[in-house]
Amino acid sequence: MSSSGFDYAIAIGGAAGQGIATPGNLLSRIFIRRGLHMNAYNAFQSIIRGGHIFLTIRASDAPVHSHGDQLDLLVCLNQDTMDRHLRLMRKGTHVLFNSDAIKPGAAADGVHLCPLPVKQLTDDNRNKLVQNTVAIGAIVRLLGLDFEDLSRVLAQQFGKKEQKVVDENVAVARAGFDHAGGNFAPIGRQTPMGKKPLAVWTGNDALAMGGAAAGVKFYCAYPMSPSTGVLHWMAKNARETGIMVRQVEDEIGVAMMVIGAAHAGCRAMCATSGGGFALMTEAIGAAAMLEVPCVIIDVQRAGPSTGVPTKTEQGDLWQALGASQGDFPRLIVAPHDALDAFRTIPQLFNLVDRLQCPGLVLSDLLISEGTFSVDPDDLQMQPEIDRGKLVTTALSGQGALDGSYLRYQNTPDGISPRVQPGVPGGMHVVSTDEHDEDGVLISDEFTDPIKRRMMVEKRARKFDGLLQRIQAPVLEGPADAEVTLVSWGSTRGVIAEAIAQLQKDGIVANQLAIKWLVPLHGDAITAILQRANKTIVVENNHSGQFQRYLRGETGFTADASIRKYDGEPFMPHHIADGVRKLRKGSVKIHVPDQEVMV
Amino acid sequence: MTTTERVPLTAKDFKGRINPDWCPGCGDFGVLAALQKALAELGLQPHQVLTVSGIGCSSNLPGFIHSYGMHTLHGRSLPVATGAKLANHELTVIATGGDGDGYGIGGNHLTHIARRNVDLTYVVMNNQIYGLTTGQVSPTSRHGMKTKSTPFGNVETPINPITSAIMNGATFVARGFSADGKQLCELMQAAIQHRGFSLIDVFSPCVTFNHDNGYDFFKPRLKKLEDQGHDPKDWKAACEKAMAWGDEIWTGLFFQRQAPTLGDLEPVLAEGGPLARRPLGLAKEASRRILERMM
Repeated sequence: MSSSGFDYAIAIGGAAGQGIATPGNLLSRIFIRRGLHMNAYNAFQSIIRGGHIFLTIRASDAPVHSHGDQLDLLVCLNQDTMDRHLRLMRKGTHVLFNSDAIKPGAAADGVHLCPLPVKQLTDDNRNKLVQNTVAIGAIVRLLGLDFEDLSRVLAQQFGKKEQKVVDENVAVARAGFDHAGGNFAPIGRQTPMGKKPLAVWTGNDALAMGGAAAGVKFYCAYPMSPSTGVLHWMAKNARETGIMVRQVEDEIGVAMMVIGAAHAGCRAMCATSGGGFALMTEAIGAAAMLEVPCVIIDVQRAGPSTGVPTKTEQGDLWQALGASQGDFPRLIVAPHDALDAFRTIPQLFNLVDRLQCPGLVLSDLLISEGTFSVDPDDLQMQPEIDRGKLVTTALSGQGALDGSYLRYQNTPDGISPRVQPGVPGGMHVVSTDEHDEDGVLISDEFTDPIKRRMMVEKRARKFDGLLQRIQAPVLEGPADAEVTLVSWGSTRGVIAEAIAQLQKDGIVANQLAIKWLVPLHGDAITAILQRANKTIVVENNHSGQFQRYLRGETGFTADASIRKYDGEPFMPHHIADGVRKLRKGSVKIHVPDQEVMV
Repeated sequence: MTTTERVPLTAKDFKGRINPDWCPGCGDFGVLAALQKALAELGLQPHQVLTVSGIGCSSNLPGFIHSYGMHTLHGRSLPVATGAKLANHELTVIATGGDGDGYGIGGNHLTHIARRNVDLTYVVMNNQIYGLTTGQVSPTSRHGMKTKSTPFGNVETPINPITSAIMNGATFVARGFSADGKQLCELMQAAIQHRGFSLIDVFSPCVTFNHDNGYDFFKPRLKKLEDQGHDPKDWKAACEKAMAWGDEIWTGLFFQRQAPTLGDLEPVLAEGGPLARRPLGLAKEASRRILERMM
């Protein structure tokens, strides 16, 4: 699928604490500086030391949307990695390992076992991380790259430390580089150059940057994997971007603090995962009732309860749909990838500012903790900002007191002008109790069914015509395909790769990827799916949350499903195999097996 | 902003759109009156004030004041008030509520706002009972008290909001009595002027559901710290006085110290005015540096 066909996946396996992140960063930087696209997925556990971590970095001169199906080079930082993963390596692949500490197992024919005598190469350097740098040097040589490609990123990686540290790493990497040149077969293909250097980010970086670009001035959070990267980006960039960043005592406090800051006039955002989101649910209803615009991100992980904190799932759709008591409209959007997440946040802020309501984002571990290349020219850092009916200039009356300003004025479009507190003349009270147009409670002694109905309808009316402002999903691929794969959120990219694989076998499939869940383009979706031959919904959960939601909203029942709920993300062949199995016959659900046990 | 054109105001100028719906004789009337007077005497204008409450009888207070107000969720006034204050530090932010709201369901937030020293004032109308739900035990109900949820007497020990707040780092901790409007108004003015987090716990009797701790209970027992030459800088003496619960119960300013507020320590707030009024989005130069670090 790539122009020169270069598509190469490197995996690094070891225990937590063995320093897998650093070689991962170095390789990512080398690839993006060459202008190659990359996609990295780190399979890890909720542990600071020990366990098993397996980082896959896939690079290509064409865009890559998943970590792929197979490995071309494996670096074993411990015996465990060798024992678990060697059997996955095919003819022509390379396996690098520290031969002082690790014994190779029985490899398939044609696998290049590449022992690295680390002690000998590093003058018996006692630093436990030295084997990583030796391996990186060797990889760079096997890829046919110049040593300078590596030394430059080493200088960047360790540049904040003293020069001695940079020099030591460069020397050790050089030893690995030279050793590989004299002892191992190169990978046998040219590592190409892309058109221009790219940038690298994680999905959490993208979410945070989307907020910063949208004008977020207040961000707060309680740490929770896999959402914490958003907090880290915000904290690191707070001063430069003028964003107030706070770590709060719990997620209830987080959501309420966001509401306070948003009501005072800031664009305010927070991110959490499913458990924290559960604590925020009452606040989501409060934002709807107070009519305060805010953005809340749920980075889904495998649940329920504490679940599997470091594994991915699309299991919070129904939680988002039903978050908070009562019956009120909300916005829910599930971006397809990091770049889409970056672009979606400013769009969502414009919508919540306009509609004065909560906006929910469903990311997941796959997007948020994945590392991806991105073309910096694709990043619109100054997006359009529309604050809707926000009033920031003085009014002449006494606000609610003399009725000259009514916070919840029953306007034709349901949207009432929103005065920022502190503005002279706009004094009013907002309330989570049901209230009249002036903000005065009708919930207690003033209860009035006519007013209650009016306010419910006013809040609902804000969403009339909203679908016209939101792009409808489009069918990707040939309209008359044999199979139509329906997805939501993060699975769009891996499905596209599966479709490309199927095409090689002569199976024509297309995809309908859904991003906006509420409001849902039900009519447009139904019109497309009714014309489809065989429809298969692909999602990362057990019960088919989206498939059931789609049926509930549209009456459309998909023919079959591919579902994965073991914590690991889909690989392209999982979906392709599922389509092969489901396209004919009576099986309704395919659950792929996860081969790489991490 | 027209804040320079100040017209002297009176408590009446802070009277809200509607009259309070509290029971006749409720202590909260006195608290509302003292707050309206304090705001007027401090020369504040209604648009400069944001009152934030949770849920409960006393949390209806923002609805009865002419200012900006937020009537939020049960127990959550403090994080909302924190967010609002940090977003617009020029606002005078006053959180109000009851003992169940602040010391029960919202207790976690009180602990943390105290240590953060957010520059706002928290007035707790402490009636030692859940009134709006018609009379259940509260975190400040006395040991042995019979309520609808403790018909055989409360077996739990009440929280001491004064010592708790001091221990958690609050920089202004006081106690008032709703029937002593003069002292309460003075405490409120001092609290609003204090830079940092100030807590005023106010005995505000519930005449309908708490028959143990009404005006008759408090009047003969209450003594004023200011009459005894108490030094508010002395936290040990403050705690000792706050622990007294018998023939003598103390009101007044228990503890005060000067410390930087959360806002003072936030470089983001150092210049440029309130966040809520700053231009949105990223400066070109900041964008360039962010992208550069990604390359």
